[in-house]
Amino acid sequence: MSRTILHKANTRGHADHGWLDSFHTFSFAGYYNPDRVQFGTLRVLNDDRIEGGRGFGAHPHDNMEIISIPLEGGLVHEDNLGHKQVTSAGEIQVMSTGQGVFHSEYNSSKDKPASFLQIWVFPNKLNVTPRYEQVSIDPAKGHNRLQQLISPRADHAAASGKDKTGSTAASDGAWQDKAFSTATSDGAWQDKAFSTATSGDGTLESRDGGSAMTSGNGAALTEGTWIYQDAWFSSGRFDEGKEETYTIRKQGNGAYVFVIKGSFEVDGQQLAARDGLGISDTDAFVFRSLEPGSELLIMDVPMQNKLQ
Amino acid sequence: MSNEKLQIMAVGRVEAIMQVVERLINSHEGWEATIALSEAEALAAFEQRRMSIVLVGAGFSAEDEESLRNKLQEIEPTVIVTRHYGGGSGLLENEILGILQMRK
Repeated sequence: MSRTILHKANTRGHADHGWLDSFHTFSFAGYYNPDRVQFGTLRVLNDDRIEGGRGFGAHPHDNMEIISIPLEGGLVHEDNLGHKQVTSAGEIQVMSTGQGVFHSEYNSSKDKPASFLQIWVFPNKLNVTPRYEQVSIDPAKGHNRLQQLISPRADHAAASGKDKTGSTAASDGAWQDKAFSTATSDGAWQDKAFSTATSGDGTLESRDGGSAMTSGNGAALTEGTWIYQDAWFSSGRFDEGKEETYTIRKQGNGAYVFVIKGSFEVDGQQLAARDGLGISDTDAFVFRSLEPGSELLIMDVPMQNKLQ
Repeated sequence: MSNEKLQIMAVGRVEAIMQVVERLINSHEGWEATIALSEAEALAAFEQRRMSIVLVGAGFSAEDEESLRNKLQEIEPTVIVTRHYGGGSGLLENEILGILQMRK
């Protein structure tokens, strides 16, 4: 018998800062609910909408795998690793923040809002060399099937280099010293200079992401990008009535299902847009689209973190 | 009711991040931060002033964290030493609130 936890969209934490309207599935910032801290190693699932011309000024992150999925519009990302790139709907961005990164994120449009999901997963390896990557997702591949966005292993990432940009910090042990200056929306974190040396690990070598990986769920193992965790993210857009069985990718993992658009029946429970359902203690579950063009995101994550 | 602030030490090897963490903790009424960039600095600061909570951040391995926990708890068995994830943004307040909730 599976164990489930249902988070209806209207029970999420909410913070409206004017320029930023954010819904928190799990406790975040000023929203703290002891019953909703995390689902296994999935710690943050924020559903953010940023006004045109606004964004997050330079701020630090460390030891967290951060996945950004734009749903509408685009975000300009700039970091002290030297990246300055726009991530738009149809792309995903990953940062393995490891030893530490300063970055900013702004709406790429001056006048149109941007919305995106920001997801944080605890890493299974601490203090890695920071890494940034951005990949394009072909929407045709996610129609009536799940398309893999994230997997644990570098050699599962998209084989085609042309759709991928990004890098780790220099593997020869030195980041470029980069003065990083930006205006912020609230006046904080301005003019942040940051430099550090690397430990030389965390480059894009193939990693053993664990056992029991399957080729099920209709998703090829060579799609998307990777993080420092035995986690698999998949998404898809489904016609009404389309039914699939999702197989948990690794023993000890659970799946958090988040409905982006439309509605689904998942493991016997009806979910509307922005509802989430955590499912654990099971090997598989069934989901069925309840209306045309329904979209979901499945985050298959370890329920216990095992640091390497 | 005590006016004494909750003493929190944040330990990590990246000074720029620790300065942000310090500012974020101090921005919370009732909390006061001390930062340390090494185990030696953390122990020295702890000898000077007892902290209730110690957050261990980037640059410290799980073994470093355990070593620091053991040494601090030899000095003060009630101190809570825990991992800080995220570099300050978003989770810092949550982590501290979570510890305070557990202590109730």
